[in-house]
Amino acid sequence: MVTQEKENHLKGKPLVSIVSAGLSRFGKLEGLYAREIFAQAAEEAFNRCPNLDPKKDIKMLFVGHMGESYEHQGHTGATVADWAGLLHIPATRTETACASSGAALRAGVFAVLSGMCDVVMVGGVEKMTHRTTPEVTEYLAMASDFPFEQWHGITFPGLYALMATAHMHKYGTTEEHLAMVAVKNHHNGFLNPKAHMQREVTLEQALSSRVIAWPLKLYDCSLITDGASCLIITKPEIAKKYTDMPIQVIGSGQASDSIGIYERESLTSLIAAKIAARQAYEMAEVGPEDVDVAEVHDCFTIAEIIAYEDLGLCKPGEGGGFVESGKTRLNGKLPVNTSGGLKSKGHPVGATGTAQAYEIYLQLTEQAEKRQVKDARIGLAHNVGGSGATATVHIFRRE
Amino acid sequence: MLAALVQQPQFTFSGGNRVSEQTPFTIEQFYKYIGQGKLMGGKCKKCGKIHLPPRPLCDKCFSKEFEWTQIKPKGKLVTYTIIHVAPPQFQQMAPYAVGIVQLENGLKIPGMIKEVAMEQIKVGMELTIAFDSTTDSQWPQWPRYYFKPA
Repeated sequence: MVTQEKENHLKGKPLVSIVSAGLSRFGKLEGLYAREIFAQAAEEAFNRCPNLDPKKDIKMLFVGHMGESYEHQGHTGATVADWAGLLHIPATRTETACASSGAALRAGVFAVLSGMCDVVMVGGVEKMTHRTTPEVTEYLAMASDFPFEQWHGITFPGLYALMATAHMHKYGTTEEHLAMVAVKNHHNGFLNPKAHMQREVTLEQALSSRVIAWPLKLYDCSLITDGASCLIITKPEIAKKYTDMPIQVIGSGQASDSIGIYERESLTSLIAAKIAARQAYEMAEVGPEDVDVAEVHDCFTIAEIIAYEDLGLCKPGEGGGFVESGKTRLNGKLPVNTSGGLKSKGHPVGATGTAQAYEIYLQLTEQAEKRQVKDARIGLAHNVGGSGATATVHIFRRE
Repeated sequence: MLAALVQQPQFTFSGGNRVSEQTPFTIEQFYKYIGQGKLMGGKCKKCGKIHLPPRPLCDKCFSKEFEWTQIKPKGKLVTYTIIHVAPPQFQQMAPYAVGIVQLENGLKIPGMIKEVAMEQIKVGMELTIAFDSTTDSQWPQWPRYYFKPA
């Protein structure tokens, strides 16, 4: 397993500070190109931070973006830097499937910690809704193994369905447990003015929706969404120059796993997420019991249940009971996916990691309005790439 | 974690088909064997780990010395799903069942489950691997295997 010896000197210390954040509207953004959607997010981040001179201060951009197929457009770093008004700064795309902008945030942390850049923009973008569902299904499947999974007709929902069947068989998790995740996250998304699907769903609606990959039904799946997100991060010592309310990143973890889920020892847990979580907790010197609010990667409802377990929020196998207990509701002890999650806010894959961090930023700076968690001090974001071959976990603290 | 992967093979393949030491330990070659009705893995000569699919570099001991080993195409279903929404190339077949089978040597392999009513598919059921030698016209032109009741 991965050791933490090298990072010991970072323990308990702020790695970087977030001084601003931006999020485009999430949804079906007809007629807009990815670069234009990213500009919406960048504009919000600039407007939130009047002390920042973007052209002068921002020294580097990392942008998460998964697929060239959607718009026949690669080379996303330079493209979005230009459209954000940051022409000529170094701009690099990070790609780890659905964890692409979790990886962008982590790359930004490295850039600042290295001393080479004091202020960095990190973000992500994806434009998906102009494609048909079978096309999107095909593009998303590219994040899974081709020769043994895609080649045999296993789709992306299919991979999580395989995990769901295994979890149900091993632990007695039910289709109702899965539906409870959808109901909870749709309630939160209903309160989020930027969410794609601002609509409540009932347990019955979720359970009776059409099957996508049994046992996963339509309401077990996240949405095909257009959107962009970004953060402005700085060296902690200079954060107050830009804002009175900086949020510190105090833990950062990332790990990988076999691309094919069939090669993994466990089909009911994502080892990469467990490793990334342990790294982040150790670096932050906090434990699962300290987390006040979390955004977890609910690309499918089963993924949120597995996330509870992998993050140590509950014991292995108890994720179904954990959602049923109500602890992760907005008024619960540990609200999870207050934004609505990928389920209701939407999942523009490249944008998701920093969109999760955006929600934590709002929560820790008490700007989350109707979905504000009272006295939230420690937040966590859990971003998974594909079917778990990449995971990033970040821990945030109110200064 | 890797203990299950280093069990002994059923037998080492070395027969009429003249499998030479030079045969590349690649996914392409794995599928060529599938076309011949054989489930073949690459066994590391140094540490004994069997790779399914084969790899050019042992991920356990970094050896590059392998031999082909034929794997008994039988096992138990460890999980499954019924795909209703499929990518374009599989749309005509939907709904169809796919699953992961744990072979008798402990290795796991995914694939379609055919020749059984979907409501009869159960975790733990015994399946064998069947071989379909037809190939697509486009890349990668690999034949496919699938699972059917034992």
